[in-house]
Amino acid sequence: MREGTLIRRILLAFALLLSAALIPVAAADRDAAVTIDNFTFLPAQLTVAVGTRVTWTNRDDIPHTVRNDAAPPAFRSPPLDTGDHYAYTFRRPGTYRYFCSLHPHMQGVVIVR
Amino acid sequence: MTELSATAVATGTADEPGATRRGALKCMLWTGAAAVWTVTGGVPRSRLIVDAAAQTTDEADTRALRFVQISDSHIGFAKPPNHDTPATLAAAIALARREAADAALMIHTGDVSHLSRDAQFDTAAEIIRGARLDTHYVPGEHDVLQDDGANFFARFMPKAQSGGWYSFDQQGVHFVALNNVQNLKAGGLGSLGPAQLAWLAADLRGRPASQPIVVFAHMPLWTVYADWGWGTEDAEQALTQLRRFGSVTVLNGHIHQIMQKVEGHVAFHTARSTAFPQSPPGSPAGPGPIKTLPAGRLRSTLGITRVASVHGGASLAVIDTPLGA
Repeated sequence: MREGTLIRRILLAFALLLSAALIPVAAADRDAAVTIDNFTFLPAQLTVAVGTRVTWTNRDDIPHTVRNDAAPPAFRSPPLDTGDHYAYTFRRPGTYRYFCSLHPHMQGVVIVR
Repeated sequence: MTELSATAVATGTADEPGATRRGALKCMLWTGAAAVWTVTGGVPRSRLIVDAAAQTTDEADTRALRFVQISDSHIGFAKPPNHDTPATLAAAIALARREAADAALMIHTGDVSHLSRDAQFDTAAEIIRGARLDTHYVPGEHDVLQDDGANFFARFMPKAQSGGWYSFDQQGVHFVALNNVQNLKAGGLGSLGPAQLAWLAADLRGRPASQPIVVFAHMPLWTVYADWGWGTEDAEQALTQLRRFGSVTVLNGHIHQIMQKVEGHVAFHTARSTAFPQSPPGSPAGPGPIKTLPAGRLRSTLGITRVASVHGGASLAVIDTPLGA
């Protein structure tokens, strides 16, 4: 029993090491996250590489939107209720300012390099 | 009283000793979900609809116009501190029926729904129909989340101009319904826009300065708190057109709490929500719902008790007097 437990633990440790080494590398280059809490985008400024998919998650009790301030907007989310997500993949370098079209004092920026 | 956060406003009158001007607000407190407005001789007054003792001599004046304002029913919201917004809206409507049976009409200053969904609009319309009052709406930002508000306008504002604004007259009072919740700019406040301002100028042109004006819109038409977007960026252009009138009352919702201000002949009021309270401007909690407030506390702290303190005479009104008339 004891040996079996030990082997299992070693295997589990290996698995954890592998996942720690591999998964974040695969994810970090392409995904980034912004949360909406208390009428605030966090982080308000985000710098990412070209090709990164940014996902916004609304954790507020009130719906919000994510809208690029360019005309026409490069991205524009539907209304996001509590827990809803919206993702946009940035394929061109630039500075993308965005705001909540319901509460326009809420602002953020994604810088794509 | 219901579990609603209750509200009432009492205003001073011209013949009241110590009143500095006709529109001076003497005292106020809201403890109900709706207010009754009375316009007599061009002076709008409101009173707590749950307080039967607050009858004034105006009540006997059959020429007076009385109407009800409700706001921010947020049908579809079901989180702390209110998991049953239809019930609290229904309670507000029941109060309006019981205490304002002589009202000529009702206005709803927006955020009828929480997410602009058909079922939410259906529920709200069905409950509000129970008031048996001709009801005039303006959109809140929660009502125009889909299709630029086409569904809301078709259901609740069928006679409005294409941009979502309109006016009408009732017993000599001119009502102007404005839309300041669309086409908002990053970092900005509510917005009326040039087309609506031009329409307003044409609508007011030729009207006598003695005609009482009631303007209603969702977001405040004065800057309550810019950091939270609680204002309307081009409101001044509307107010400039309104200043020649002897009596202008501006009614808004959006901030789920009472704020009042008098500026010359223009009185501004924001109404409470029928759904949930929001934090005072600038509070660390931010502008969202006050969710840590138990329903029981809502009833005990914002109900009858606070009405009593109003009758003690505390004045909360902010009054700005211009240097020139």
